[in-house]
Amino acid sequence: MTEADRASATGKPVRPRRRAGDAVSTFFYRRRRLYLWLLLAPPLLWFGVVFVGALLALVWQSTYTFNDFAMQVTPDFTLANYRALFVEANRDIVIRTVAMAASVTIASAMIGFPIAYYMARYTRGAARGLFYVGVMLPMWASYIVKAYAWTMILSKGGIIYWVVDRIGLRGALDGILTLPYVGGSSLSTSNLGRFLVFTYAWLPFMILPMNAAIERVPANLLQASADLGALPWQTFRTVLLPLAFPGVVAGSIFTFSLTLGDYIIPQLVGPPGLYIGMMVNLQQGSVGNLPMAAAFTAVPIVIISIYLWIARRLGAFDAL
Amino acid sequence: MSIAVELREVSRHFGDVRAVDRVSLAIEDGEFFSMLGPSGSGKTTCLRLIGGFDLPTDGRIFLHGEDASDRPPYERDVNTVFQDYALFPHLSVRDNVAYGLRMKGVGRKERRREADAALAQVALGGLGDRHPGQLSGGQRQRVALARALVNRPRVLLLDEPLGALDLKLREQMQVELKGLQRRLGITFVYVTHDQGEALSMSDRVAVFNHGRVEQVDPPRELYVRPRTTFVAGFVGTANVLTGAVARRITGADRPVSIRPERIAFGAAGAGQLGVAGKVVDVQFHGPTSRFEIEAEGVHLAVTLANGDAATDAGRPRPGDAVELSWSPEAMAPLRDSGEGDRAGQGTPVLPGSAVPATSGAAGAATIDERS
Repeated sequence: MTEADRASATGKPVRPRRRAGDAVSTFFYRRRRLYLWLLLAPPLLWFGVVFVGALLALVWQSTYTFNDFAMQVTPDFTLANYRALFVEANRDIVIRTVAMAASVTIASAMIGFPIAYYMARYTRGAARGLFYVGVMLPMWASYIVKAYAWTMILSKGGIIYWVVDRIGLRGALDGILTLPYVGGSSLSTSNLGRFLVFTYAWLPFMILPMNAAIERVPANLLQASADLGALPWQTFRTVLLPLAFPGVVAGSIFTFSLTLGDYIIPQLVGPPGLYIGMMVNLQQGSVGNLPMAAAFTAVPIVIISIYLWIARRLGAFDAL
Repeated sequence: MSIAVELREVSRHFGDVRAVDRVSLAIEDGEFFSMLGPSGSGKTTCLRLIGGFDLPTDGRIFLHGEDASDRPPYERDVNTVFQDYALFPHLSVRDNVAYGLRMKGVGRKERRREADAALAQVALGGLGDRHPGQLSGGQRQRVALARALVNRPRVLLLDEPLGALDLKLREQMQVELKGLQRRLGITFVYVTHDQGEALSMSDRVAVFNHGRVEQVDPPRELYVRPRTTFVAGFVGTANVLTGAVARRITGADRPVSIRPERIAFGAAGAGQLGVAGKVVDVQFHGPTSRFEIEAEGVHLAVTLANGDAATDAGRPRPGDAVELSWSPEAMAPLRDSGEGDRAGQGTPVLPGSAVPATSGAAGAATIDERS
């Protein structure tokens, strides 16, 4: 083919041209590893120092000694803070917090799954966008405001009592509130009320990862399951749930650790009694016992680690 | 012969789109039945209706004489091999195959035995402990097949099962599938857009176009006696003459199809038809060569079997003036398939991507038969 032919077929021949910056691009094109390292170094540094480093420092400081009389911290190694976790009062705090976190997580998963499933499988375009906004919108409002609003909603004379009165179920509600652990003098001072507020606050953190996981399950796997004779609940249990389980685990880590660390909602709603988050706040704020606060912080880390280990053993991440 | 699958006036509409439009079919027990058509022709939707993954807007579906129109998939005695296999990624190969038995409450020991037997049947014995992710495309294909067959369905639905495999493997699997079907005596309903695949494997083929069935016939009949302009063009290569061109050349008042291999070079003999023209292009396809000829305002394709270099030396070259001739019985009278085909007056209707061997030529001569 001659030069003239080529020009006539495509108009003007276009060739790669040397431009400014070519030398730099070529330099990096031939040194991919260096390029990658240059790109990754700043975020890796940030991650290493701010995330991992700070966490290690925290654990390190939990072994410092706090002098009760001088109200001073000295960097002498001790395990006294961890021993103190097992003192009855502190153990109660841990159990109380973990029990609430577990209940909130289970409830969020049960409420969240159908919503996430519907979002992932049945909505398209604008409807899906609306669901996303609907799920995330409450997260944009200050959560202290929402927690205060809930104290009103749950109080005697609040809207829930009003509705319950109207439909004649006041007796049932009062009955529930007499139950041990769950009840209290009113909804707003009961564990039930606190549970409702926690579940409300953390539900989006459960829905979003579950939605992402369900979205990734190909529809034809569900069809194949039905084709092979599985009833809908069997398909749910043997195909959908196992494949979406990593999302459930991710969501439950959020709801679990958020409950373990929160110190606002337990102050505003529910019966008296400290939570881990409140204890951390108290220890470092009022008392100045940073080592003890750090030791309390280690509790969620240990619990989540055990949880992840169990989930892994159950095969939750096999399909990833 | 009893009827395994029957569709009576079945339609499936998606909004304004009639994906399946009043389709009636009767598939016999033990038959290898193919549903052939371009993408969007309604063949896959039809298969999904038989499998129960979708319900018809209108019409009834019968499986072995029973009305199954409203039944969910798990209540139908059919199993499906999905296009991309749809293997469960979290289960081992053996558990995948045993899944159907597990759902029906078969005991662990027995379903293990059955699953291993089914895997051996598709030459995958010993791979039961692997996960689908560790298998090649061809192996996954076989697992999908074993997973369906282990349930001993009376009807097996296959949705373009070989589409993702390379050519060699596809040809091998075609032979195996056909052998398996003959051995087991199960009814196969096979969806494909590959006319070669449909012709080589099937007892009968239904050709789909725009949600409707254009023709149902055995492969040879379909090729030799296409009944519509669409079928003539989609199944194999055909010179379809329509309208005034058809009238002028054949004297008949309806479209006709002439296969390129039925046209010869040379003047028309007694009782033959013929045209004079000029060779535009010659393409080499291995066993055959294809000549593109411009004749009396008509574009015709002619194929000749290739011999050795010496015997083929005297053949026409591009630019040569030639005469073409054919016998009247080489022409199949056609019915118009409707819009889209009228643009193709006097042009060879090439099956677009359906025949790999001719795809090189398609760019020049394909007319828009699918719009």
